[in-house]
Amino acid sequence: MTSGQANEETRPGRPRNPAPAPANPPAGGIPSWRSRQLKRAFFALFVRPLILLVLGINMRRRHLLPTRGPGIIVANHNSHLDTLTLMALMPLGRLPEVRPVAAADYFLANRWLRFIALDLLGILPIARGGIVSNPIALCREALDRGELLILFPEGSRGDPERLAEFKKGISLIARSRPDVPITPVFLHGLGKALPKGSFLLVPFFCDAFVGEPIVYRDSGGPDEFMDLLERRFRTLAAEGNFEPWE
Amino acid sequence: MTGERILGLAPPAFWALAAVYCVLVAASFATLWLERGRPASLPASELRQRVRSWWLMVGLFTLVVLAGRLAAIVAIGLVIFLALKEYLSLIPTRRVERATLLWVYLTIPIQLTFAYHENYELFIVFVPVWAYLFITMALVLRGETQGFLRSVGMISWGLMMTVFALSHLGFLLVAGDRVIPVAGGAGLLFFLLFMTQANDVAQYVWGRSLGRRKILPTVSPNKTWEGFLGGLVTTTVLAAIAGPLLTPMPIAWSAAAGAMLAIAGFLGDVTMSALKRDLGVKDTSAMIPGHGGVLDRLDSLTFAAPVFTHAYRFFFFP
Repeated sequence: MTSGQANEETRPGRPRNPAPAPANPPAGGIPSWRSRQLKRAFFALFVRPLILLVLGINMRRRHLLPTRGPGIIVANHNSHLDTLTLMALMPLGRLPEVRPVAAADYFLANRWLRFIALDLLGILPIARGGIVSNPIALCREALDRGELLILFPEGSRGDPERLAEFKKGISLIARSRPDVPITPVFLHGLGKALPKGSFLLVPFFCDAFVGEPIVYRDSGGPDEFMDLLERRFRTLAAEGNFEPWE
Repeated sequence: MTGERILGLAPPAFWALAAVYCVLVAASFATLWLERGRPASLPASELRQRVRSWWLMVGLFTLVVLAGRLAAIVAIGLVIFLALKEYLSLIPTRRVERATLLWVYLTIPIQLTFAYHENYELFIVFVPVWAYLFITMALVLRGETQGFLRSVGMISWGLMMTVFALSHLGFLLVAGDRVIPVAGGAGLLFFLLFMTQANDVAQYVWGRSLGRRKILPTVSPNKTWEGFLGGLVTTTVLAAIAGPLLTPMPIAWSAAAGAMLAIAGFLGDVTMSALKRDLGVKDTSAMIPGHGGVLDRLDSLTFAAPVFTHAYRFFFFP
């Protein structure tokens, strides 16, 4: 899994972007000792108490949640808390290898967001619109480094507690590394605790249902893969029998 | 309080706690014996999970009691927070209520401050008058009339059942210290907690072994008359023994208190079952392995704590 070079790959689905541009925002590399400790402290002292005590997560099938890469965790997106929740469930020592895939234009907009996004969370910043760099290649490189990606195929957070249509990017990443396990996690309640547009955190118990991992090679093609992934999510969502939130 | 103390506890409270540990040891051995044929590869049975969780809960309880009164109040506040959070996560809240719910959470530290300072008047008035009116106001001022009655009803009922009812544990602990020379507030709190929890276990055991006639089949299909009456008798007997040691109540009063706790505990239990049935869930959460959620464990106390505190206060406070 470690041999792939970015420029050897064919980039399916992105024909109008010929040159594999360098990763314009800093990505990857080995984090320094200090930044590892900073991250560890941030999660141990702030994120974990917040997510596990103030909120509280009811998990189903936690043993299916991968804690080491290469792999992709795919979740529905309702709140900024989604990323924090998935990362709070990881062992502290593994955090530097866990990379939430996030939009560069949003998270690198100012120095504070930049500090949180890069130093504390360690996001993999991708450019939306795909003019400058190739997000698929960035993800692929991260997988080749053995990292665990967190991906929200709905794109933005959208309406709280409502499942939006998935974007196709995930199938392109999966196709380029067809043996990487892709684990669906259905999150519920975090959009109630901190919805888009609010700064007021209200404690609620939230749910995280982990599903069986999918491997692209077994699916047959990008469309079949997307079908399979969305079906998995609908099954997981139906488990909770949740009422829509208005 | 004067006199000798063991590990900071009055001797009766200490020995009561020691007795609970003996029961836990016995329960662990009983579990081992009952499951002696079970292959080790299987995941822990519900019975084993339950006993393990009991160990954890009693252990935490011990630590908190030994750490002193302030620690105990903070721990009670945390438990109430978890119970309230479970309740608010279960009910169908809406987006317009989000800000109001923060106020609901804020009542916990305020109510426990009154308990800690033993201010009975504010303790008894704050939730049913001030918080009740304030939350109604907060909801009205959102300007949303649709579903208003439903919201106001659900939120204030939850506030009473969790914050108000369970804060009596704190009040009993603090107020008991001043007026009771026997084993202090801890003795009273032990008595209340041990009797309600013992009643839960006794009802379960009697119901499992002898239960035939259903007592309230539409609400809680597993509860039987045999379980209820078995629990009532067991708890009355236990209370008659423990009461005179832990509290200033003589034997007859202790037995009556035990019977009262058994009935109140049962009512709290079926009330939470009715709520869960209405909402279509099995457990209030999955926090305590083998038991369900915090509310599943504390359901009997939502009735038992206020009933016992006020009855006791009426007859025994100077």
